[in-house]
Amino acid sequence: MSALTGTAALIRLILRRDRIRISIWVVSIALVVFLSVVGVKSLFPTQASIDQAAAATQHNAGAIAFNGPAQGLDTLGGQIAFQVGAFGMVVVALMSLFMVGRLTRGDEEAGRLELVRSLPVGIHAPTLAALIVVVAMNAVVGLLSSAFLLAEGLPTAGSLVLGASFATAGLFFTGVALVVAQITENTRVVYGSGGAILGLAYLMRIVGDVGDGTVSWFSPIGLAQKARPFAGERWWPLLPLLAAALALIATAFRLSLRRDLGAGLIASRPGRIVAAPSLGHPLGLAMRLQRGALLGWGAGVLVTGIAYGSIAPTIDSFVANNKAMADFLASAGIGSLTNIYFATSFRVMALVASGFAIQSALRLRTEESALRAESVLATVVSRWRWAASHLTIALTGSVGLLAVAGLATGVSYAIAGGPWSSLPGLLGAAVVYAPAMWLMSGLAMIVFGFAPRLVNVTWGILAGCFVIGLLGAVLRLPDWVQKLSPFERTPALPAANLAVLPLVVLTALAAVLLLGGIGGLRRRDVG
Amino acid sequence: MSPAILVTGLVKNFGSTRALTGLDLKVETGEVHGFLGPNGAGKTTTIRILLGLLRADAGSVSLLGADPWRDAVALHRRLAYVPGEVSLWPNLSGGEIIDLLGRLRGDLNRRRRDGLLERFELDPTKKARTYSKGNRQKVGLVAALASDAELLLLDEPTSGLDPLMEAVFQDCIREVKAQGRTVLLSSHILAEVEALCDRVSIIRLGRTEQTGTLQEMRHLTRTSITVVLKTPPDGLNSLPGVSGLEVQDSQVRFDVDSEHLDEAVRRLGEFGVVSLVSHPPTLEELFLRHYGDELSREPGHETAEAAYGRNPRA
Repeated sequence: MSALTGTAALIRLILRRDRIRISIWVVSIALVVFLSVVGVKSLFPTQASIDQAAAATQHNAGAIAFNGPAQGLDTLGGQIAFQVGAFGMVVVALMSLFMVGRLTRGDEEAGRLELVRSLPVGIHAPTLAALIVVVAMNAVVGLLSSAFLLAEGLPTAGSLVLGASFATAGLFFTGVALVVAQITENTRVVYGSGGAILGLAYLMRIVGDVGDGTVSWFSPIGLAQKARPFAGERWWPLLPLLAAALALIATAFRLSLRRDLGAGLIASRPGRIVAAPSLGHPLGLAMRLQRGALLGWGAGVLVTGIAYGSIAPTIDSFVANNKAMADFLASAGIGSLTNIYFATSFRVMALVASGFAIQSALRLRTEESALRAESVLATVVSRWRWAASHLTIALTGSVGLLAVAGLATGVSYAIAGGPWSSLPGLLGAAVVYAPAMWLMSGLAMIVFGFAPRLVNVTWGILAGCFVIGLLGAVLRLPDWVQKLSPFERTPALPAANLAVLPLVVLTALAAVLLLGGIGGLRRRDVG
Repeated sequence: MSPAILVTGLVKNFGSTRALTGLDLKVETGEVHGFLGPNGAGKTTTIRILLGLLRADAGSVSLLGADPWRDAVALHRRLAYVPGEVSLWPNLSGGEIIDLLGRLRGDLNRRRRDGLLERFELDPTKKARTYSKGNRQKVGLVAALASDAELLLLDEPTSGLDPLMEAVFQDCIREVKAQGRTVLLSSHILAEVEALCDRVSIIRLGRTEQTGTLQEMRHLTRTSITVVLKTPPDGLNSLPGVSGLEVQDSQVRFDVDSEHLDEAVRRLGEFGVVSLVSHPPTLEELFLRHYGDELSREPGHETAEAAYGRNPRA
């Protein structure tokens, strides 16, 4: 019996238990890529329109910060790579992080791995099975993306390079997740630190692409974009990325031999003998349980805000040097390019931070399915108070994250050369998204209250809002579809005027969903 | 005094699965009541209804004189609960969890808590993630026993405990009983039930099969007799109420219904008794006799737990 005995059977097990999850990830990512390709094609029907778009974005630091280096923008393929390249790589990375974390440390923490390892199964077989499945998912996403591009008549080399860069970036983060899963014994920490590394990779790419491009070489996402799909392709930048991925994977397997089943490489410290006074009421417990997540999200938003804010002065100078653009903006009456950039930044940060708004509300479901809720509800805590404790963290935490985003952006903008007077406006432009985030918490709560098994639907809704927010224009989604997203309903400050009515409506809707969800929870069976 | 728990005709369905099909349960104030039944009989479902976590589909439930669904919070002030699978927050220490649950109930007795930690030999500084099943169970037990609750609902509370800790648990329950508090003890450890319980209810397939004191139950059933006779007997199998007869020369073993005991002993006397050992059925024998044959006749009956999907982390 070798260290790999049983791998094939475990692969079949993964495919059986996660067939729906795997299909949703792969199909939805491929679908978004496909629709984006079709969308960009119809957005730019003529070479003249492509040239026009290229001129508008060539030196636009804002667009470059969100999308990637301006390369080959005067070709249809270059525009496609610009619009969906970074987005696709981030999504593929998230897919890899979540799948690896779930299939490795998640199983181990839940005690399922112990049962598997008691069978004639090799020591490396469970990890290898997970690795093979996730690598295959990345490969399928890459191949489908290339196939769509080829089917739409785009050049062969660029189509293959773009698809390969998706798969390679995914492979890199597969390796990251595998290593982190060896170090910590907590699956949540795998997701958190994997997400932090992804965020760092994205920020390094922004700094590099807006600057002279050097820093981007050290970011896995930036490195993949150096393969220049549709802009004079070169395969070799993908090689160091591939090598790094393989090195991470090899490291993970080696680390796994140096620890016990169920343990991490970092041993957990002893805890308190007597609980702190704050741990005496439901809100204190909710705070304690969500503290780590809130701090993690806060750090992420802080760094992102600083990065976005520090780039903003570059955009002012771009407009100053581009009279045609300045005239266009003045005549269109949509405010300055900097304001549009800020509005986009806050919308993106609000969308990302909504992950917290949902995760935090769904902590209720986590507690229920882990059978911990019944211990609390068997005490003098009513269902109302129990739900309210976690929702309080969700709602106030959302406002807190937005405030951090606004302040970080405003302060770093001012330090980088912008006016300090813009700080209050930027703070407001961030916090204005609070009702939209509350609505996401409300959606999570209403599903939890009435159909607790379906809570993951909420993540699908957030994914839909992401597609609308980031690719809505590219996909040429009809107006009414775009308006389904609460983030599109929120006034895009500072590039638009403050409209109070949508905020009131969103808040009221959120309140109805939250209270309705609690009502449902009070009527149904718990456990 | 009104009973602490009074359940009549309780029905609970999960989808198309009938978990409880008309269960009756009466627990008097101040007694330790054993709650027995095979896996999936509906013990946990009943206790969760008593806690107001699940809503009954039909039947009446009264807990300490109130409705557990409507008055859950007020009732929880007066009861403590140990689940069968104590699920803990992995990054809190055992001590923190015990304090938390005590404070949430509102009556943490610090001195008793520390005494219990010592008696159960539990290290409160360890993070819950690192506890074994037995130690997780101890956290739940200490949290419940440290309270002054007048009713304890214990759902297989000692699963995973070693025999020494089992003895500590039994001492604790006797103390609780001496204070006049009420205990509902669901258990598979029949020796534990025999040692602690005043009365027992045996349930199966979601309904109550039998309830009463152990003595009453034994009375309804059979006594085991092992006897050595002077001369080999004959005609014993024609005696009414005798079963499991084994005869080896003059050595005889059989079970006899309590109502026919007298007749059997008279008959044995005819052959001259050298030695005689008789013992009432243990609870284990009662249990096996009750379910051994009946369960085997109903293969594939779906259990409530299986249908309910109690896998916590799936």
